[in-house]
Amino acid sequence: MSDEPIIKFDKVVKRFGDLTVLNELDFEVKKGEKVSIIGPSGSGKSTVLRILMTLEDINGGVVTVGGEPLWHEKGPDGSLAPASETHLRKMRTQLGMVFQQFNLFPHMTVLRNITEAPVQVLGLSKQEAKQRGEELLELVGLADQAQKYPHQLSGGQQQRVGIARALAMRPNILLFDEPTSALDPELVGEVLNVIGKLAEEHDLTMLLVTHEMRFAREVSDRVCFFDQGRIREEGAPEDLFTDPNEERTREFLQAVLDN
Amino acid sequence: MLFGIAWDTSSGWAFAVSILPILLIGMWVTIQATVLGFFIALVVGLVWAALKAAPLKIISWPAAVVTEFLRDTPLLIQLFFLYYVLPEFGITLPAFMTGALALGLQYSAYTSEVYRAGIEAVAKGQHEAARALNLSGGRTFSHIILPQAIPRIVPAMGNYLVSIMKDVPLLSVVTVLEMLNVARIIGDRTFNYLVPLSLVGALYLIMTLVASAGVRLLDNWLPKQGIPLK
Ligand SMILES: Nc1ncnc2c1ncn2[C@@H]1O[C@H](COP(=O)(O)OP(=O)(O)O)[C@@H](O)[C@H]1O
Ligand SMILES: [Mg+2]
Repeated sequence: MSDEPIIKFDKVVKRFGDLTVLNELDFEVKKGEKVSIIGPSGSGKSTVLRILMTLEDINGGVVTVGGEPLWHEKGPDGSLAPASETHLRKMRTQLGMVFQQFNLFPHMTVLRNITEAPVQVLGLSKQEAKQRGEELLELVGLADQAQKYPHQLSGGQQQRVGIARALAMRPNILLFDEPTSALDPELVGEVLNVIGKLAEEHDLTMLLVTHEMRFAREVSDRVCFFDQGRIREEGAPEDLFTDPNEERTREFLQAVLDN
Repeated sequence: MLFGIAWDTSSGWAFAVSILPILLIGMWVTIQATVLGFFIALVVGLVWAALKAAPLKIISWPAAVVTEFLRDTPLLIQLFFLYYVLPEFGITLPAFMTGALALGLQYSAYTSEVYRAGIEAVAKGQHEAARALNLSGGRTFSHIILPQAIPRIVPAMGNYLVSIMKDVPLLSVVTVLEMLNVARIIGDRTFNYLVPLSLVGALYLIMTLVASAGVRLLDNWLPKQGIPLK
């Protein structure tokens, strides 16, 4: 983990109509850092990830990824203009996302789900992509499921395919938006195991929105508690979980742990 | 005699048997007009759907106006327009082509709606996953969205195929020798309308039943190709 921030939110504003979801959010993530984002529903956690994945634009401030503005392009005179689709395409190559609802392509086999973008976007040969896809399936423990269709797999298996699919694009930053919230409780563990393994073995920067507090505590370098579009409190997991400074954090943790 | 085939008016049955080959020639024209018209409707309708979905109003708006016009004016007017007006601009198509084109254009307005509804029914998460993977807009449409929309589109398109088939007799007004036109000519010459018209009705019934069965087979087959009908 180096000290330079790979992700930086500088006074970022995000509105949906009259609703201001992020109000001048400042937020930084260092290269290789594993950050968990926790907080009540509606506090803007998904919005932060979706802005990074370029699925939502911003209404103010600047988001920087890898030292370059994400939603802006520097003009010749150094001024910032709204990003073009070309710029967004280039920036997107640094990021990957794992969705709560998996969002696998239902009409494609597991292997094809993983190889489609590497072939079409990165220009890998079918053979290379297949080999890499099989390695990734091995990594997530699904080597024998390559030719199945998503609906033939359990939710936990589908989400592991989702992780392999994101990894196939070789992102530097991997975003997880509540990756286990749509799963039956008995399937949560297998997905968390894979994420934990990635966190240990890779120098990937990881941002994880989750309600799995025990897991967040195990894997993250830092935990951020979001509340009403702001970071109410952040810190090392052992501090934030055992002795939060803010009353609001304490209440939230109490409520989640009671469940 | 028509198309070089003579009829036998000695009895009702003999008459029916003797004109059947003549009607089958007309039926072949009907089938060709249906297939060509349907093909045009499928292709042009997809173009309308893509244009209407365009983010730029300059593109989407004219497409919406044209399809509205195609939908809200009678097929016969469009047919006359293509048949009598286009030649004034130096474009002269054979009657059959004009007819198939008119059918295809009118139905393209309907099929574009089917495409739109099918495409909009594909989950938002599919677009987002494609975007996160950096797939291009064109690739996303052709390989992610459209294949998932097709199972929703097929049944409705099947209904339009049958409708087009039933509209083909309109082409007789621009001299196309489709099945009903052939039957009318036989009636005019023999003063027996009952037998040829009954035969046409029966043949139409067979054609629509076969087409409907084909669509149903496709409905059953598609989900087995890994495209869940949900
Ligand atoms: N596309 C949208 N249109 C309108 N409101 C939205 C949209 N997306 C999110 N919101 C609202 O923004 C707020 C933050 O949403 P989100 O980031 O999804 O919260 P979280 O992930 O923390 O539950 C919520 O109040 C939500 O209703
Ligand atoms: Mg959320």
